[in-house]
Amino acid sequence: MTIFGVALLSICTLIGVFLGDVLGLLLGVKANVGGVGLAMMLLIAARVWLQKSGALSHGVKLGVEFWGTMYIPIVVAMASQQNVVAALRGGPLVLVTAIGTVIACFGATALIGRIGRERPSDVHDEAEVERGGEIISGDLVPDAPGKKA
Amino acid sequence: MMHMIQHIFIEQSLVAAFAFVGVVMWVSLIISKRLTMGRIHGSAIAIVMGLGLAYVGGLVTGGQKGIADMPVFAGIGLLGGAMLRDFAIVATAFEVDVVEARKAGMLGVFALVIGTVLPFIIGAAAAVAFGYSDAVSITTIGAGAITYIVGPVTGAALGASSTVIALAIATGVLKAVLIMVTTPMLARFVGLDNPRSAMAFGGLMGTVSGVAGGLAATDPKLVPYGALTATFHTGIGCLVGPSILYLAVRAITG
Repeated sequence: MTIFGVALLSICTLIGVFLGDVLGLLLGVKANVGGVGLAMMLLIAARVWLQKSGALSHGVKLGVEFWGTMYIPIVVAMASQQNVVAALRGGPLVLVTAIGTVIACFGATALIGRIGRERPSDVHDEAEVERGGEIISGDLVPDAPGKKA
Repeated sequence: MMHMIQHIFIEQSLVAAFAFVGVVMWVSLIISKRLTMGRIHGSAIAIVMGLGLAYVGGLVTGGQKGIADMPVFAGIGLLGGAMLRDFAIVATAFEVDVVEARKAGMLGVFALVIGTVLPFIIGAAAAVAFGYSDAVSITTIGAGAITYIVGPVTGAALGASSTVIALAIATGVLKAVLIMVTTPMLARFVGLDNPRSAMAFGGLMGTVSGVAGGLAATDPKLVPYGALTATFHTGIGCLVGPSILYLAVRAITG
């Protein structure tokens, strides 16, 4: 059933965010520490576990992957509610800092992305990664023929 | 008549938001196909349109939440708010290649460290260059360069003035906006085309909204890898900002 997938996603998110809050509390930070990242790891683990035990049904996949396909529209909605006016009106200090940071981080991405890249083929399973991309871009109907059975 | 339509938009806010974003995506795809021959990703155009609408919304309402401050578009606030954004980000993890993510794990951690320290140094240096000399203001502005949440959290913890906190937030938001817009253009030059570099990118850029938007507009298959590292960024920034980084700045400024 589809709701099982949505519920699985919700439970992973709730547990992850809770763990992030607990981690923040333990570290004495007034913020959630990696809650979404922890939730992602939980969901990855759940997927592996369901696949191994043969319980990864069509409905479960549909329920989770639907929200994956909604990712980009949600990001567009997110962009529509940024405080762009304040960002652009911040003055020279804001401009210099933001531009400098973004340039520096792109440079660092180029450098770090190359570390340990000597293996001939970096991607472990090209088809699987590609299918993931199609789901997230909203171009693939969940459960269409793909690598992940 | 107009009033009735307005009433429906307000009452059915989330449903209206789905329709609104759908139209924006549709127009963007047409622009992408017809005007750029598909060279510019439809999602990239949609995100830039979103930012443009946010600017208009901000000008019209004088609020802080872009177009979502208009009552008829309040549903955008829910659809694009942190709750559903994080929910969708977690859902993308379902498409992660476990082997791939594990291989790049250490790289991601390394990127997180650099991605916290490097923006902070740049922000702090800019603050000094613009005449700030007290450790609290320098640290807060530096923290704003990490993400727009780290800035105010650090500033509040250290007791920075509200002007400085506002500057830190503006810096973080502008950083996120710049990442959304420039990532599709620069992706090729920095080798951002595989899960490994996406994890490095997420850790370095931090700001979840910037990374979420930037990667969506570049190559959706990279989204979960970048998001996986980026979501740790704010937490780590809030951890080291008011502590280690503040102490370091105080040691230098005396």
